[in-house]
Amino acid sequence: MGLLSDPNRRQALINLLTRLNAPICGMPVDWLVKTMQARGLEVFTQSFSRTLPFPDENTERYVVKGTNVYGILRAPRAPRTEALVLSAPCTPGDNNNQAVGLLLGLAHYFRNQVYWAKDIIFLVNEHDLIGMQAWLEGYHHTNVTGMDWSPLQGRGGSIQAALSLELSSDVVTSLDIVLEGLNGQLPNLDLANLFYAFCQKIGVLCTIQGKLQRSDWDSASGYNHAVQTMMLMVMKQASGRPWGDHGLFLRYHIEAATVKGVNSFRHYKTDATTIGRLLEGMYRKLNNLLERLHQSYFFYLLPSLSHFVSIGYYMPAFGLLAVILLLRALDLWVQLSAQPSRTEDGVAGTEQSNPGVLSVLTPLVISHLTGAALYMLPVRFQEVAVEHFPVSETEAVVLTAIAVYTAGLALPHNTHRYPDMGWRVLKLVALLYLAVLLGCTAVINFSLGFILALTLVPAAAYVTPHVPKALSAFFLVALSPACTLLFSVFFFQELQEMPVSFQDGWLLYLSVIAQGMLDHYLYGSLVFPLVALLVYPCWLLFWNILFWK
Amino acid sequence: FPQKTKHLTSETCDSNSKHPIGCYEINEDFQEELVIRPLHSGDIYASFQFRTVWETDFMKGNKVSHYRLFPKSLGQVISKFSVRELHISFTQGYWRTMQWGQPFIPSPPGAELWVWFQDSVTDVDATWKELTNVLSGIFCASLNFIDSTNTLQPSASFKPLGIGNETDHRFLRYATLPREIVCTENLTPWKKLLPCGSKAGLAVLLKSEKLFHSSFHSQSVHIRPVCQDRQCKSSSWELRQALNVVFDLHTSGQSKREWSLFKMFSRTLTEACPLASSSKIYIDVTDNPQEEQFELSPATPLLSQAVVLGDRRTFSVYDLTQQVTSSCLVPAGDMLRPLLHAERYVTGYGLQTGEIHTLMYNNHPFRSFPVLLLDSVPWYLRLYIHTLKVISKGKDNNPSYIHYQPSKDRERPHLLEMLLQLPPHSVTEVTVQFERALLKWTEYTPDPNHGFYVGSSVISSLVPSTVAMETNITMEQPLFSSFFPCKEESSYFARVYTEPLLVNLPTPDFSMPYNVICLTCTVVAVGYGSLYNLLTRSFQVEEPNPGLAKRIANVIRRMRGVPPL
Repeated sequence: MGLLSDPNRRQALINLLTRLNAPICGMPVDWLVKTMQARGLEVFTQSFSRTLPFPDENTERYVVKGTNVYGILRAPRAPRTEALVLSAPCTPGDNNNQAVGLLLGLAHYFRNQVYWAKDIIFLVNEHDLIGMQAWLEGYHHTNVTGMDWSPLQGRGGSIQAALSLELSSDVVTSLDIVLEGLNGQLPNLDLANLFYAFCQKIGVLCTIQGKLQRSDWDSASGYNHAVQTMMLMVMKQASGRPWGDHGLFLRYHIEAATVKGVNSFRHYKTDATTIGRLLEGMYRKLNNLLERLHQSYFFYLLPSLSHFVSIGYYMPAFGLLAVILLLRALDLWVQLSAQPSRTEDGVAGTEQSNPGVLSVLTPLVISHLTGAALYMLPVRFQEVAVEHFPVSETEAVVLTAIAVYTAGLALPHNTHRYPDMGWRVLKLVALLYLAVLLGCTAVINFSLGFILALTLVPAAAYVTPHVPKALSAFFLVALSPACTLLFSVFFFQELQEMPVSFQDGWLLYLSVIAQGMLDHYLYGSLVFPLVALLVYPCWLLFWNILFWK
Repeated sequence: FPQKTKHLTSETCDSNSKHPIGCYEINEDFQEELVIRPLHSGDIYASFQFRTVWETDFMKGNKVSHYRLFPKSLGQVISKFSVRELHISFTQGYWRTMQWGQPFIPSPPGAELWVWFQDSVTDVDATWKELTNVLSGIFCASLNFIDSTNTLQPSASFKPLGIGNETDHRFLRYATLPREIVCTENLTPWKKLLPCGSKAGLAVLLKSEKLFHSSFHSQSVHIRPVCQDRQCKSSSWELRQALNVVFDLHTSGQSKREWSLFKMFSRTLTEACPLASSSKIYIDVTDNPQEEQFELSPATPLLSQAVVLGDRRTFSVYDLTQQVTSSCLVPAGDMLRPLLHAERYVTGYGLQTGEIHTLMYNNHPFRSFPVLLLDSVPWYLRLYIHTLKVISKGKDNNPSYIHYQPSKDRERPHLLEMLLQLPPHSVTEVTVQFERALLKWTEYTPDPNHGFYVGSSVISSLVPSTVAMETNITMEQPLFSSFFPCKEESSYFARVYTEPLLVNLPTPDFSMPYNVICLTCTVVAVGYGSLYNLLTRSFQVEEPNPGLAKRIANVIRRMRGVPPL
């Protein structure tokens, strides 16, 4: 591969990087258009705007307006049916300038090559994920989240694969690959394999979850390290967020990953040329593919870049957890069908102690209404909350959510005509509900399903009206979805080797809730509605059983 | 047979005539032509056209056995299958109308074939099937994949280009193969159809290693009956072979945008084809009247004007009697917006439904013009025709004519033809939703995850012309301006193809059947083996030898009348 072996080209790239290092206010759209045109690409722009449901305090965004610039390198003698995407988010400030510079350098180099069989789209997106969402929606002409964007003028057919580039300095010590996408979707494992193979070939350190691979698998510490890496992946996947700009591609069945340059204190540094060679190699490989990446796994967990745990290994663990629920349900079913025969002697008892399924309707409806309130109220009533309390909109939303969540616990519990049988029917229904819910969640997003199963299954299996009330109530609350999230935040920080104090953790927890909601409204993440509309009501049913009178 | 007699007279002509082609001049004529146009994007468009006109009659079972310039293989095809018009094109790449403007002869990516049969043909479908197989052999292409599932009978979009007023679309067949890959093996048989082969004349330039090192490559063959003279008293057959190629000066790695015939084709021209009555090179110098953008060397005093595609263009003409090597310097200019262009794409996500969007742009500032849109969609995309919407400038645009033929599973594709009026300076969007069918497992291609192709839409239109078009057909016109017959002065005929689509269908994981087959075979082998063993082996209970004491006891018992032990 001859990228940048030519000193002139190398000089050109360096000039470009220096130009980009000069501080820029906003995205230099005109400059990008001109530069891309000069490199022989067909250049188009797309403008978009989006008002967030409530201000995002992490990134300081509320009303977002921006422009995406993309240039298409047309493959010679190709009928515009397939395309590959290389994207670099351009943020205000100079966070990602090196990536944009490298992207332009690659565009220049790729343009002069003859071997392309697929169009290559070089995309510089503003406001990272929001810009990416606008571009993808424009490209596929869908509108999932109600964003305003101008239609795209140029297209390259169906996109086969995409890489997003994030570099913060012109030299890096290692490259990190991010795979977790929206709703815990993952790209085909072959994309990660491709990255790993090229890193090995070129001799660049490569990491996943920011953790290097260790060679001592057998030792306890090596095993511990791998488990930590995998746990990080599980936590990230369970969050359902896109952990890089690539995350939104996965919805459209486009294999995508984010490549991040990490500059740490190691001695051995890699320059932009080497990263360029790596990307060139990956794009040539992807260019040569006849079919989409499909041969390898779509469901996997990675303890390191070179090892994976396939669905066949981790699903049984979840299956064993779910079986507990089913066995419990079977037990209750047997008890319920055995009951009438026992009370056959009592003439009046037959009708009274045979509660129909309809009797559990009231708690089901009440809990689901609470869930619906949890889903709707925080965003709807933010103005009211801001008027009456001295809080910002974001705080108002999060605190309303917590308030609704807590208020759900105090809802009037069902009064029942069937003191003995009623809770059994309710528990039977709740157990089956939970089993189906967790099963479906685990199929879509294993990590989320597994974490929920770990916390909810013991509570669900254990709870009856006859256990000690105070202790069980504490136990049940501690295992509720909100507390699971709180523990997860601390656990995640621990795994990242950045432990936080309780105070900071609590603030982090609040911002995580806000982020989760924003992910739903901005990108269509399903975790918030899943928890609010299904998991929380289901948990409320068990809470109801505990306080059965 | 009056025709035959005439043919014989021409054959008996004096072969020692001074003109090598002298005595055939009335009867058979061969012209060759190359047009080079520097495009605004900085690319170079080269278009070859070779035309053989033969005054003969293939129709009505007339046996033609003596061939001279006209290729015999095609002549036999015409007479055997009673073809009235045949148009076939092989294209690699997509013509970028936005950057390059209109091509002289448009063609969609892949292979396209459309044929008008004579009305004497009784079973058109069978003839069509046979014809595609024969053509597949002649052109070394996979035209044999044309079957009823990708054959159409457009009612309005493809009218005969030659003479004849028969327009009953029962005798028309149209098919495209968007996946066909065009390469050297298609070029060689195409070159063999030329009278001089690639030995002399313009065809010397057609070297595959350069032609397939370009941005666009298209070759076509068009056979049609044409008028012999202005009065059109008698007809003759025209075979037109065209080859269009666009060279990308950017990728050829030249820092200076300089081109020459040698740089583009790695050959230079030395002589015309001796059989050709005319052999010319036209270079479009319209944008360069004062030679400020590029200069030609050697310079030619010969200038010619021609009205082509609604525009009057000036050409420098080289007659191939002297040696030519031209080289120019071309800087990139502004993007010229073509009056009509179109694009098409699939929207939505997931593998259940989707939507096809076709956008048609009318860039004319104040005139609207009609277009005919022909859409053919394979049966495995089930069109929801009730969702068909045509919107221009935010308002519904009702088509004045719609011809829709629904698909039949595994038998025929959807056919949708619409006559639309494009308002001035507007984008017209045609959308229709579809559902993706689940195929039977044997119907998947060997590479199902690549996706399935949907052929290009065809947009045929009468685009308003900026200058008066020439309506009378004369032989003196350059070839590139005389392909589409022109009926009126104010507009010209243009055909635009959209890009083909690549659609993913729900695809089962084909590694699973493989595993299942392996597993089943093992189970069957083990199960069958043991069962067969059990069934065929004869079992006999082996009587152990009873001991001496038992035998004695049994004898005693038998004597007592008691059953033995």
